[in-house]
Amino acid sequence: MRCAEGGPSAKVARVSSQDSTLSRYGASARAAPYPLFYPPPPPVDQVAVEERAASLGKRSLKKGAKVAGLKLAVRMMDLTTLEGKDTPGKVRQMCRKALSPLDSDGTIGPCAAVCVYPNLVATAKRALAGSNVKVASVATAFPSGQSPLDVKLADVRRAVELGADEIDMVIDRGAMLSGDYAKVFDEIAATKEACGSAHLKVILETGELGSYDVVRKASEIGIAAGGDFIKTSTGKVQPAATPAVTLVMLEAIRDHYYATGRRIGMKPAGGVRTAKQSLHYLVLVKETLGDAWLTPDLFRFGASALLNDVLMQLEKERTGAYQASEDFSKD
Amino acid sequence: MSGELKKTSEGDAVVPALDFGRAWEYAPSPEATDHVHIAPRQELFIGGRWVAPRSGKYFDTSSPSTEEKLAEVAEADERDVDDAVQAARRAYDRYWSKMRGGERAKYLFRIARAIQEKSRELAIVESMDGGKPIKESRDVDLPLAAAHFFYHAGWADKLDYAFQGRAWRSLGVAGQIIPWNFPLLMAAWKLAPALACGNVVVLKPAETTPLTALLLARIIEEAELPPGVVNVVTGAGATGAALAAHAGVDKVAFTGSTDVGKRIQRAVAGTKKKLTLELGGKAANVVFADAPLDQAIEGIINGIYFNQGHVCCAGSRLLVEESVHDLVVRKLEDRIATLRVGDPLDKNTDVGAINSKMQLEKIRELVAAGEEEGAERHTAPCALPTKGYFFAPTFFTGVAQSSRIAREEIFGPVLSVMTFRTPDEAIEKANNTMYGLSAGIWTDKGAKIFWMAQRLKAGVVWGNTYNKFDPSSPFGGYKESGFGREGGRQGLLAYTELA
Repeated sequence: MRCAEGGPSAKVARVSSQDSTLSRYGASARAAPYPLFYPPPPPVDQVAVEERAASLGKRSLKKGAKVAGLKLAVRMMDLTTLEGKDTPGKVRQMCRKALSPLDSDGTIGPCAAVCVYPNLVATAKRALAGSNVKVASVATAFPSGQSPLDVKLADVRRAVELGADEIDMVIDRGAMLSGDYAKVFDEIAATKEACGSAHLKVILETGELGSYDVVRKASEIGIAAGGDFIKTSTGKVQPAATPAVTLVMLEAIRDHYYATGRRIGMKPAGGVRTAKQSLHYLVLVKETLGDAWLTPDLFRFGASALLNDVLMQLEKERTGAYQASEDFSKD
Repeated sequence: MSGELKKTSEGDAVVPALDFGRAWEYAPSPEATDHVHIAPRQELFIGGRWVAPRSGKYFDTSSPSTEEKLAEVAEADERDVDDAVQAARRAYDRYWSKMRGGERAKYLFRIARAIQEKSRELAIVESMDGGKPIKESRDVDLPLAAAHFFYHAGWADKLDYAFQGRAWRSLGVAGQIIPWNFPLLMAAWKLAPALACGNVVVLKPAETTPLTALLLARIIEEAELPPGVVNVVTGAGATGAALAAHAGVDKVAFTGSTDVGKRIQRAVAGTKKKLTLELGGKAANVVFADAPLDQAIEGIINGIYFNQGHVCCAGSRLLVEESVHDLVVRKLEDRIATLRVGDPLDKNTDVGAINSKMQLEKIRELVAAGEEEGAERHTAPCALPTKGYFFAPTFFTGVAQSSRIAREEIFGPVLSVMTFRTPDEAIEKANNTMYGLSAGIWTDKGAKIFWMAQRLKAGVVWGNTYNKFDPSSPFGGYKESGFGREGGRQGLLAYTELA
């Protein structure tokens, strides 16, 4: 998996000498070292992509469409707590909520997964035993990723040993911004290897990448290096997920599908707080990638505050009146 | 995660098209119309009063999406047009030509604000009468119509500074004939600069879409403009011809087809009348391989399917660099599958009704010609409503530069895709048309945009966007797309005479 070492000029030389293996889309799923990608990713026009993302926020979703969308959003949710003050008690409560989001309506949920730090994976695993709700663990020195690779990989292996079904890793943004794409690629590939059978979500931390062009490039690296999902953000950096950045990533996923037939998942995380926002994201997926992606297997929301707002809207649709926020458990 | 891929006869894997199906359906979301009242009989607005046509004749205006009659509308003949021109002349002599610019501005500001206040009603009536999706009339036509009045209100008292110190004067009576594709917006484009520059107006809306111009006349009445400053005479081609030919008219402004434009130019030949024409188009939308492709796709879609393609500046010829042709076609096929065609009043509708049966027949005829000429047709797999005039979004590949669908204006949701190899070839093909209204350029290289824009013979050139309008930006054509500009400082020249 490891690329040959070399400075910038060496990378250029590799590009021109290995043209036949360089197809950005044609590369077999997990093998192509990133610097060899050619042609480069298509540019992204900031004004136009933001306009398109905003226009999809104007879809009018009423009645049955709204209820179906919100119920789908619940099933796509990675219920998340990632704080220094997390405790087994807090995580057990969150797991209970993920299993049965609203006791009064059994047709809602369960959530797709809970997302915790490695130390709480075992607790979550026990609390969710016997269910289909997955345990996702952040790893690779989350959220900054500023640790040596062996430490990051050990972090991943331990999380998997403790029972994590999914690993949410962070890319090395410093390497990405300094142009060392090989390092970004290699770390993702090594992390994928360390995951074993656990699914890998690659967090780009788009709020630190500075432009949509870099987001697009990072998306392609994450996909080519073996990510099963690409994910916007850690939730620790602002801005986190936005509709436009999500659209850029969905477009990268679409181009990869066109070229290989392989479906990569998408997870916007951080900043999705309201039911209305969640529907906007579902519209983005529906009208960019289509029906096949409207499933928790290929689309997730990373959120801590979103669920109760969705539940409130669902109860409003069911009963015709808004309930007090105190009527919903705050776990 | 990927399933087994199908193989072609050569053994290549085929990735199935994306599936934009029914996994999650949007429920119907129609705009409420109960608060909109359309008077069953619409009279002429002449000299500040609503008057019956002298002939007593009325014609029906109907909704192209339901084929139901909305109202009957007065048909103005030569006598009514004469009344209107005379009323306008009196208003010019008595009030408008003597009024200070700052006073004219107050009226224009008042009209602009009233358009904003009544924008919901105007948008709904626009979509009912013309067939355009409510999201476009709500988000494009109405805000732009108000913006044109605001912009020109700002000019009304500053005209002494608009022409590098040259003295100016107004022209007098302007006869303005507007099309059915943007009924209210085109009325605003015509009225606002004319009034700002101290002219008075006789406006003739299109016969299939007169209702919003008549609502605008109500707004003008409520704004208490002096009687006769704006007159609205409804009718068909004969009404327009009578207006253009009337000896009391000082200025004719026409937006519409090139055929009718030529007839009008013949009619005013040898008279003192000033003329501006904004006619047809067959714009090239040029996509280079280094373009932001996914955004270019949106620009292509917006360029041709906006307002059902009933747009004179529509990007109806897609020139795509050959190396990305297949990818662009694949993306376009998937993208048109997501377009929602149907009830113009549904807030989720992307493509509404074709404006009239006649126009639908013209589109069908040209599409049939495209098929006969051997181009490959790609049509969105959408179900069309059983009632009303609808046409599914369509594009053709393998189109020859010489074929009818590459040369004639279809004025519908039909795109012709052609390829080029070099920037020089792109320019040659883009300019290889009798029209020259607009063009689009898609590339990530700023220098290439400027290089192209200098060589494209088109009045409006968009770079990495399409169909963007602003009252401060002049709009108008080269060649058979007409002459004169609307909007901006240049647009004021159409309604002034400079010393």
